[in-house]
Amino acid sequence: MNFFILSLIKAGLIAFVLLTTLAYLQWIERKVLAHIQLRVGPQRVGPHGLLQPLADVVKLLTKEDLLPPYVNKFFYMLAPFLAVTVALIAISVLPFGPEIEVFGVKTWMQLTDLKIGVLVVLGLSSIGVYGVALAGWASNNKYSLIGGLRSSAQMISYELPLALAIAAPLLLSNSLSFREIVDTQAGYYFGVIPRWNVIPQIFGFLIFMIAAFAETNRIPFDLPEAENELVAGFHVEYSSMKFAAFFMAEYANMVTVTAVATLIFLGGWHAPFPVEYGSGFIPTLLFVGSGAIALYHGLHPARPFDRITLPITGVVFFGIGLLFLVPVLQPILLPLFWFTAKTGALLFVYIWIRGTLPRFRYDQLMKFAWTFLFPAALLNLLITALLVAVFPNQ
Amino acid sequence: MDAPLFLLFAFIAVASAISLVVQTHPISSALSLVGVMVSLAVLYLLLGAEFIAAAQIIVYAGAVMVLFVFVIMLLNAGTEHKSSKSPMVKWFGIPLLVVFIGVISFIVQGMLPKSALVVFGTFTQGGPLEVGRALFTTYLLPFEVTSILILIAIIGAIVLARKEI
Amino acid sequence: MPLLPAAVPLSWYLLLSAVLFSLGVAGFLFRKNIITVFMSIELMLNAVNLSFIAFSYHLKQVDGQIFSFFVMVVAAAEAAVGLGIILTVYKNRSTLEIDEIDSMKN
Repeated sequence: MNFFILSLIKAGLIAFVLLTTLAYLQWIERKVLAHIQLRVGPQRVGPHGLLQPLADVVKLLTKEDLLPPYVNKFFYMLAPFLAVTVALIAISVLPFGPEIEVFGVKTWMQLTDLKIGVLVVLGLSSIGVYGVALAGWASNNKYSLIGGLRSSAQMISYELPLALAIAAPLLLSNSLSFREIVDTQAGYYFGVIPRWNVIPQIFGFLIFMIAAFAETNRIPFDLPEAENELVAGFHVEYSSMKFAAFFMAEYANMVTVTAVATLIFLGGWHAPFPVEYGSGFIPTLLFVGSGAIALYHGLHPARPFDRITLPITGVVFFGIGLLFLVPVLQPILLPLFWFTAKTGALLFVYIWIRGTLPRFRYDQLMKFAWTFLFPAALLNLLITALLVAVFPNQ
Repeated sequence: MDAPLFLLFAFIAVASAISLVVQTHPISSALSLVGVMVSLAVLYLLLGAEFIAAAQIIVYAGAVMVLFVFVIMLLNAGTEHKSSKSPMVKWFGIPLLVVFIGVISFIVQGMLPKSALVVFGTFTQGGPLEVGRALFTTYLLPFEVTSILILIAIIGAIVLARKEI
Repeated sequence: MPLLPAAVPLSWYLLLSAVLFSLGVAGFLFRKNIITVFMSIELMLNAVNLSFIAFSYHLKQVDGQIFSFFVMVVAAAEAAVGLGIILTVYKNRSTLEIDEIDSMKN
């Protein structure tokens, strides 16, 4: 098939799925946070608040787009645009699954594979800081300015441990292309334990995740937008769609970072144990099990509307579970399932930590980066390099 | 596709460079320089220097320029004042600049063969593997020397940042 | 003859490099803010890098890219020290205008 048409279809598909994910990630975050804090979360719009993201989009679109008179107009407009564009571009080099065949067309579940894919993601994440820094500066507001300053200092500081933590597994995989990195993680030690980079690189993984939290400005490193000291930091002067752009950029960055962690450390789309031991049935079991629980609760409803919503959910889950058993769909759905499951688990950790940890103080943040995280990442890289040099064949 | 891409990004680079020179606010200049660097990175890709393009984005646009922007924001530098120098600078400088570019372009056109076209994809030795191999074999000594240079720069920056000076 | 050639000659890259370098020189001479002057130097270094990489393509050797890599590393080190100096100057004189930093002048 024509390369351009194929790329266009894939780009459209990825953009659609990504934007839906971003919208619903926010719903999931609100729900999970609510349950951590013993609340119920959004509940009014649609069953269990499922249509809340839609309502939010309508609200953000129809809100008045304020342009404060004292801002630097060009940079004020440029900043959210830059932030969201850079955040979304990074997705284009990430693979979601192996090569598949749909209607006789062979293609990778990835927009494009680059020899320097990892470097591209790193570069885009380092460009992303301009969005935040410019927003803080152009708003001409002291809280925004402090937010922007904090953000740029924090991003530069945490980029180092992030890059060093990535470098160690790259030594093991001997490539900078995401596809090849995932390929080297296929297979199992002793036939059971997966050959994921996270096993020899557990410290690298932890350092990467900590630095990634700081890079995406999330709690406990959300100093650029600390609500209770800087009001909202760099985006205090933004409203309507411009605010939504920053919001979207933050969630897109979260998705990118967790996807990169999955690809580099957690073996991408490879199952955690071999197919011979039945890893192919895990998704079916999970979906059918959750469907059964939903059906059970539908038959013994706690609230009147559960009588309708829960059985529907149960039947849908049964259907999805059975889809995983269709032999034609299996090579497409199974890798996608494992990739999504790992990324989703990491995203859940993000939300979990947001509901659990308090914010760092600024000096603690810098001290932690330079006196602990950076030396630890360097040491990890040195030891890995030494081991790779001494035992070249693993 | 080579020519339109080159022309587009060359135009962006030159426009950003002019903007760097004529803007009076340092932040505008800094952002213009980022524009130059990003468009140059695209041109590096066209020339087959993948690794250098990525390094350009990560090191130059992502670290060095963020440092510039940080310092400008920290010092809250305002717009420049009008120069008190004589207007001779402008009257002679700009024509001289044009003459300089003209002479250089004449020399370059004369020295290089007209047939030396840049076709994307004909030179693929700019990946991380080749650059790394050259760095750690032929250019090992300069590489180690730069690491010492960076160490000196770090120490220098820390000494300068101390309060007493 | 088509409006645009399919590929551009190597000399165009070198011309672009020359133009950027000249603009860097112009910025270095005309501007009075220390930070902008410093950024003009960075622009000149970038222009030189483009030349290096264009010649690396022309000679089909990776060496030119190594040179531009070294230029980048040196520029990063230079930026760290230079910005440190600028911060110190600003702390002592609270100005960034080059013309006003003239205490060494008789």
